[in-house]
Amino acid sequence: MTGLARDIAFRAPALPDDACRAALLFAIDPFGLGGVCLSSRAGPQRDAWLAFLRARLPNDMPERRLPNAIADDRLLGGLDLTATLSAGKPIVQRGLLADVDNGLLIIPMAERLDPGTAAKLCATLDQGEVRLERDGLTACHPTRFGTILLDERTEDEEPPPTGLCDRLAFHVTLDPTQQGDPTMFEAADQDAIVLAQEILPGVEIAPEYLDAICGTTLAYGVASARAAILTLRAARAAAALEGRNHVTQDDVALAARLVIGPRATQMPAPPEEPEAEPEESEPPEPQPEPPPQDLPEDPQDEPDAPQDLQEPLDPSALQEMMIEAARASLPANLLASLASELGRGKSGQGGRNGQTQMGDRRGRPIGTRRGIPKPGQRLNVLETLRAAAPWQPLRRHQRASEAKSGTVPRMEIRRDDFRITRYKQNAETVTIFVVDASGSAAVNRLAEAKGAVELLLADCYIRRDSVALITFSGRLTEVALPPTRSLVMAKRRLTGLPGGGGTPMAAAIDMAADLALAIRRKGQTPTLVFMTDGKANLTREGKGDRVQAGQEAMTAARLLASAGIGTLMVDISPRPSTPARELAAAMRAKYLPLPFADPAKLSNAVKGATDNV
Amino acid sequence: MAIPFPFSALVGQDEIKQALLIAAVDPSIGGVLIFGDRGTGKSTAIRGLAALLPKMQAVAGCRYSCSPDAPSDLCPDCSGGKNKTAKAVEISVPVVDLPLGATEDRVVGALDLERALTQGEKAFEPGLLAKANRGFLYIDEVNLLEDHLVDLLLDVAASGENLVEREGLSIRHPARFVLIGSGNPEEGELRPQLLDRFGLSVDVRTPGDVKTRVEVIKRRDDFERDPNAFRDNWMKEEDKTRKSLMKAKKLLKEISVVDTAYEKAAELCLALGTDGLRGELTLIRAARAHAALHGKKTVTIQDLRSVAPLALRHRLRRDPLDEAGSGTRVQRAIDDVFAP
Repeated sequence: MTGLARDIAFRAPALPDDACRAALLFAIDPFGLGGVCLSSRAGPQRDAWLAFLRARLPNDMPERRLPNAIADDRLLGGLDLTATLSAGKPIVQRGLLADVDNGLLIIPMAERLDPGTAAKLCATLDQGEVRLERDGLTACHPTRFGTILLDERTEDEEPPPTGLCDRLAFHVTLDPTQQGDPTMFEAADQDAIVLAQEILPGVEIAPEYLDAICGTTLAYGVASARAAILTLRAARAAAALEGRNHVTQDDVALAARLVIGPRATQMPAPPEEPEAEPEESEPPEPQPEPPPQDLPEDPQDEPDAPQDLQEPLDPSALQEMMIEAARASLPANLLASLASELGRGKSGQGGRNGQTQMGDRRGRPIGTRRGIPKPGQRLNVLETLRAAAPWQPLRRHQRASEAKSGTVPRMEIRRDDFRITRYKQNAETVTIFVVDASGSAAVNRLAEAKGAVELLLADCYIRRDSVALITFSGRLTEVALPPTRSLVMAKRRLTGLPGGGGTPMAAAIDMAADLALAIRRKGQTPTLVFMTDGKANLTREGKGDRVQAGQEAMTAARLLASAGIGTLMVDISPRPSTPARELAAAMRAKYLPLPFADPAKLSNAVKGATDNV
Repeated sequence: MAIPFPFSALVGQDEIKQALLIAAVDPSIGGVLIFGDRGTGKSTAIRGLAALLPKMQAVAGCRYSCSPDAPSDLCPDCSGGKNKTAKAVEISVPVVDLPLGATEDRVVGALDLERALTQGEKAFEPGLLAKANRGFLYIDEVNLLEDHLVDLLLDVAASGENLVEREGLSIRHPARFVLIGSGNPEEGELRPQLLDRFGLSVDVRTPGDVKTRVEVIKRRDDFERDPNAFRDNWMKEEDKTRKSLMKAKKLLKEISVVDTAYEKAAELCLALGTDGLRGELTLIRAARAHAALHGKKTVTIQDLRSVAPLALRHRLRRDPLDEAGSGTRVQRAIDDVFAP
């Protein structure tokens, strides 16, 4: 390390030890391990981590940043217009994913990554090549790269696309309050990484470890088989880093902590539970675990060395050890989400995946039409060329006979040839259900409201609308489901909705307005459907003051009215009630009292009203 | 080209394997939809299938892979006299990927820009639909496909021909293929119209027991560390699967269906309230292919039972909110109908 570098390292904020270890393992096997999802706000600590990583990667390793709004022709490749025109035949231009071959792909603001882009990235990662079928071109560019997702989300935002995260081994969270010892990894420099890379292909792993890895992923409710494979690779890289040619307990423990822990969706069952163990193994005898640094054998280069050089491993004890190791890195909100029963379901991680950006922004290109581009419209060069091409001989001929000028252009393009890309105007609506789950509502007709929402969801399914769900009761007002097209998810959230507690009406209206405006900013059309009896009795501070709560609710409602969002108030009290009607008036919402309505009637009424909004 | 993971070496995804083999035996069944969890080997199975399929005869040089026995009168190359010699060659069954981000001109085909620019000729450059003729068209993340491409596919899949009207071209060519789609339902639902096009559907789950999972990881790891050796190890098994597939294709025409099987199929569809007759038809066809794969000449109730979830699961009057999945409903109906 040079003096300057040490100076920087000294001044830079220290990094958590595990974050450094993840960087080291990734540097050893960047393409096998896929990458790192780094959760942190932009700041010196994140820069320090990236610098730590870069210092251990080859100096000439290409690095590319993926801008959020990247178009397909830049991502995957497309027609190189200049080259095409000068050569007189189609020339392919490589995209970013092909350019980053053997390099590092950095994706800032990964939480806002378009799901379509993410899916293309996943396909490229899986196949190790970019398949191009665009702009009249067919091409295939082999590429492999390591990915760093920079996840900068705040608490209430959605995580980066889950399919992509699934393919990246490490999910690291940087926290300025957690700092390790920066001197600890000084020995693991670039040379050490290169050495480890030489050892890596020969690293063996005993079969017991595989059992333990699979058992541990299952115990933590990590469904994807990729997680287990990545754990295995991480363990191999860890062994290589230590200069060993076989995997030890230390390595799997580290791999469990770095790969499995952050993916956990459930707490492991106690060890005596049968499903947490490999079936063929006996119940764990309480035998003392050998200290991790044992294994006195000399590092042999025999590929099957680990088979015969150590005492048999006890798979269940191994698994226990891994489960303990992973416990150190569980996601912070895991317990909370389990406690609230909302995170249940077979895949709690997938549950937060929404489809927010699908088809939004400036719409999708849906073909071309003839015409001269006006400002804001885009000329589709390829289609223009295609339109002009058949006429070239004729035009050349014509030009020659008219004998206009000496030089004959290679391509003569006329007004009629111009083609403009048409974009589909975004007509997607997001229906936000704001459901009152307070005690008073529960007494009344929470069940009916749930039934009605379910019927409406079915309608949304047919229209391909997105839905979102906000629930409020007691002190908790939350976006139970961010906008999604996955109705299975909506149903799950709704079913798990408990009733009880006060009515924080103002907080609910605030949150609904925020979400609706956020949706509108994305270019989608929000519609709000409130289902409440309107009896506010909790203030924004969570105090039980009926009068003040009512006033706050009215203010919030008027504010919402000024935003001009299509709103519907479904009064779920037993008979039409004053609070709900007043609230509806303040919101300028359509008011629907539903005395004795069955879910089907309710659904029809809401449907009609929503259509009119 | 990278070596694909051998189809026969896939662990624990018997339903996917069965559905794909059935579709390969009888392409008229109409495609397979594979929906399920991440990292369950959906794509792996399809790429493995491509390597497994026996070769087929085609007219030499035909860009639509026309069969030499019955060149399609739709094919502009063969009917236009361009391929007059009609020499037959052996080619691999096309398994064409429709990558995300594909543009319409590459899917349906378009004016050949190179020839237009260099020679001023108006020539048609066939797209992926032409390439997939008589083979498979695979769409990963089918639920993320652009709507206008979906519309296009629906039309072609229904008619078996691709009609191109663009840039002054007017071309019709055969496009009969087995549509294979895969995706993750949590990333968005599939449009009902597209859902309906698939003959069979598979619901993939991650294997829940440790033993299977260990085997999955072990094989994957072995494969990645030495793909060549792994492939060689599985060669025998692959040959066996390939042979049974070839035998089944031959046997298919001779297979008879017992009357009770027809009755039971109708009964089952009635019990489930599936729309139209497509369900029954697919059910019988799939049962026939199933019998053929097992080297039998008669379709029995057992065949029907094994394929019923595949053929009917996605045809129920859809309740998008039924979380338990239609699989459970089908299973219940099967148990009722086939109860002794």
